[in-house]
Amino acid sequence: MRKFLIIASTVAALACGSLARGDETAAMDMPGMPSMKMSATPVDVPPTAPNAINIDNFAFSPKVLTVAAGTKVTWTNKDDEPHTVVNAGSPPAFKSAALDGGDSFSFTFTQPGTYPYFCSIHPFMTGTVVVK
Amino acid sequence: MATKETGGTTRRRVLQCMSWGTAGILWTVTGGVPRAHALGEQVAQSGDFSFVQVSDSHIGFNKDPNPTPDATLREALSKVAAMPRRPAFLLHTGDVSHLSKPDQFEAASGIMKTAALDVSYVPGEHDTINDDGKEFFSRFATKMSQPGGWYSFDQNGIHFIGLVNVVNLKAGGLGSLGDEQLQWLAKDTGTLSASTPLVVFAHMPLWALYPEWGWGTDDAAQALTTLKRFGSVTVLNGHIHQVMQKVEGNVTFQTARSTAYPQPAPGQAAGPGPLQIPADKLRGALGVRDISFPGTKPAISDDALAS
Repeated sequence: MRKFLIIASTVAALACGSLARGDETAAMDMPGMPSMKMSATPVDVPPTAPNAINIDNFAFSPKVLTVAAGTKVTWTNKDDEPHTVVNAGSPPAFKSAALDGGDSFSFTFTQPGTYPYFCSIHPFMTGTVVVK
Repeated sequence: MATKETGGTTRRRVLQCMSWGTAGILWTVTGGVPRAHALGEQVAQSGDFSFVQVSDSHIGFNKDPNPTPDATLREALSKVAAMPRRPAFLLHTGDVSHLSKPDQFEAASGIMKTAALDVSYVPGEHDTINDDGKEFFSRFATKMSQPGGWYSFDQNGIHFIGLVNVVNLKAGGLGSLGDEQLQWLAKDTGTLSASTPLVVFAHMPLWALYPEWGWGTDDAAQALTTLKRFGSVTVLNGHIHQVMQKVEGNVTFQTARSTAYPQPAPGQAAGPGPLQIPADKLRGALGVRDISFPGTKPAISDDALAS
């Protein structure tokens, strides 16, 4: 059991690492302070851009995303496992092909509404885009 | 992640199954009921009939812990070729490919042919990603297949049923058989004597193994209601890349190892992705399953590629 716990904590550490990287990018943009060490603790930087959804550890994050009409939303698969992004409507308003690890899928939401979606490979993975 | 205990599967039970599985199990069916034996224990072979379950070959997977699942599938089939008793046929319980790509199906099919044995396939969710399995069924459907891809056949007095529970999945749900398939199942088994041994094979577990990770089938209970009158029902699944067993009345559920990569025990990781293990441990976590029928009950041996 110890082995599994170690793996779980490693995954958690990797997830934290991706957050920290975003913060470091912001720090590097600071002009005129080459020797200043910036804190790696996220303060104002959100984990994802306002129109980005990560697929991480078999979950969509954020699970609910609210955007303005006309916004292009991009899903990026951070897992080693393939996933899809499929609107639960019939017929679906959007449907990705298989996204292997590192692949992305984008869809521009032109119509206001609530768009539940899921991974058709792992349908327990669900999320929602709310378009205002 | 919280570790929940569901479906009567306690963590202790899971760990027992895991430790048991890694040792290798030989299963026999005697009088319609499967029995487990330690690997190496001799099982009567005269007049025996056996077959082998291969699962989750994931051809096209190219990451750690196994960037060459084609090589490990070949090793698995070498293991089959080396069995003292040549099996009558192979079952492949799905996730033949990793991404449902034609070249992945082609490569997998080519490797499976090296076994020179008939193979009965059912799809996994990795085989039906973009087209509800059209490409998969065009290659692997049998002459017995119904329009939805499910089928049955008889061999040595045993009735084999291949089910499809990875198509038309619904948001928030698990695996699904669907009404049409359930009706067919009732009709298919309706005229059989209750003493006929059944072997049911499908990709996703037909019991609520760990719904939090999608390890189950929403309408499996309806199928089991149809099957509960039979004295011996052996359910063979893949999907979770590890050996687990559950007994419910006359029904014994078994999940098999993958030939590609292991997955974590239920709830023992942040998600059900590939379990990262050292290269020298990989082959101990992969394997095939040999099922023989010395009588009317199965003998099942879960053989790892390496000890």
